[in-house]
Amino acid sequence: MEFNSKLSRRGFLTRLSAAGGALLLGGCDQLSQSPAFRDILGKAEGVTQRVQRFVLSQRSLAKEFSESDLSAHFKANGSLNVDDPTYQAQVPLGFSNWRLKIDGLVARPTELSLDELRRLPSRTQITRHDCVEGWSAIGKWKGAQMTPLLQSVGLKPEARYLVFHCADMLAPGARYYESIDLIDAFHPQTILAYDMNDAALSVPHGAPLRLRVERQLGYKHAKYVMRIEAVSSMVGIGGGKGGFWEDRGYEWYAGI
Amino acid sequence: MDALSMDARSKAAGTGEIVYRHTLPVRLTHWINVLCLAILLMSGLQIFNAHTSLYLGNRSDPAHEVLSMRAVQKPDGKYAGQTTIGSVTFDTTGVLGLSKGANGRWEAVGFPSWITLPSYRDLATGRRWHFFFAWLFVLNGFAYLTYALVSGHLRRDLAPTGRQLKNIGHDVVEHLKLKFPKGEDAKRYNVLQKLAYLAVILALLPLVVLSGMTMSPALDAAFPFLVDFFGGRQSARTVHFLCATGIVLFVFVHVFMVLISGVWNNMRSMITGRYRIEPAE
Repeated sequence: MEFNSKLSRRGFLTRLSAAGGALLLGGCDQLSQSPAFRDILGKAEGVTQRVQRFVLSQRSLAKEFSESDLSAHFKANGSLNVDDPTYQAQVPLGFSNWRLKIDGLVARPTELSLDELRRLPSRTQITRHDCVEGWSAIGKWKGAQMTPLLQSVGLKPEARYLVFHCADMLAPGARYYESIDLIDAFHPQTILAYDMNDAALSVPHGAPLRLRVERQLGYKHAKYVMRIEAVSSMVGIGGGKGGFWEDRGYEWYAGI
Repeated sequence: MDALSMDARSKAAGTGEIVYRHTLPVRLTHWINVLCLAILLMSGLQIFNAHTSLYLGNRSDPAHEVLSMRAVQKPDGKYAGQTTIGSVTFDTTGVLGLSKGANGRWEAVGFPSWITLPSYRDLATGRRWHFFFAWLFVLNGFAYLTYALVSGHLRRDLAPTGRQLKNIGHDVVEHLKLKFPKGEDAKRYNVLQKLAYLAVILALLPLVVLSGMTMSPALDAAFPFLVDFFGGRQSARTVHFLCATGIVLFVFVHVFMVLISGVWNNMRSMITGRYRIEPAE
């Protein structure tokens, strides 16, 4: 008799704790979806950005590796191709008629062919690519340095960000884009990469041009870059949060 | 009131002497820590679920996983959850790799929905929870360590005495018999308690923070020695996971001890600070 009552009490306690747990989880899910609460949680991003920028100097470089460290297979993530006839027409031509457009808040809006980009001051770096999902791969990148390029087009004083407009649609009707501020734009390792592992950038990895911004997570490294626009704010661009993934809840400052 | 009459009175009442065991800063930081660790664990598992493998070194080479979880289709067409540690594969259907979601449907996911935050797949929101409470956890930890050093809590209450260390064998035996100190000896932590708390406070928790920081590409550029210390970003991710496991194991033992050594007395002491000493026989 006592045994039975103990059993049922245990059953009751189990059900109670399961119900309590479900309630707690449900509550957390509700908080997760509340815009006001998400904004509070999002305050951490500003703290992280300020603290990381405080401990990082403009000269702090991401570690560079040697050829023997290269990943045998570098996973391509996000868009693996571009569903656009103008882009597809360029693939067999090696992007010979393709032009990178640089405009917005610049003194001299410019269009550059791939050959012209290749003739600009370049940098080669073997770096670790850290995806927000948690994996890392090491690749060798060669590309045009951003600093001399920006100096040649002349940023206007009110320019605060560079927006990278891409050719790919990662969601229906939503073209990929990314943005960085001028601290990262003028970092020595920030390049527009046209070569990966000593070969022209392949389509899955963002041909003909992808951004490398080595001190941030993978989704900042925009692929299929078609146009760079200097802006003073993100208002009116995409969802207004500074990038495709940022518009979907991810941090604009992706240093961690 | 002298000790003798106190003792006599408590014996008569059958209650024992009441001592002030935990100061307010210790109680406050303890409960903030409970909240932070619970949320960090659950949001951390959400983040883990975005890539359910662990590696050593700097790269994630699929051929060199030290741990991985996945859902596989068996020859009979049914699905199973599998977890591989090293070269050994376990069937973990229902818990790891394949489990029932909140809607009761099976889903291919590393850790099950009931232990992740949010319960559904949402890496971006998991990261928001994780980094907000990571900051709270770090600030709380600094506040606690500063207090513990300045107030003498660390030296007075946590550092084991030479005599305690000498008698550690006796304490281990008593613990295994689930017999706990009474009287004067119950007024301070026993040596196993002290060593467990010190290991968590000075090793496990700092290590979980440092390995977490090492996963940041920006902090790796600022503090290159972090990556070298852990032997690579993927090693740091593995250490972070192991530390979290260690914390969970500690919490299990800690809560078990709280439950069997006088749950109400223990809970009261961590809420109000007051702890009843069971008189020695």
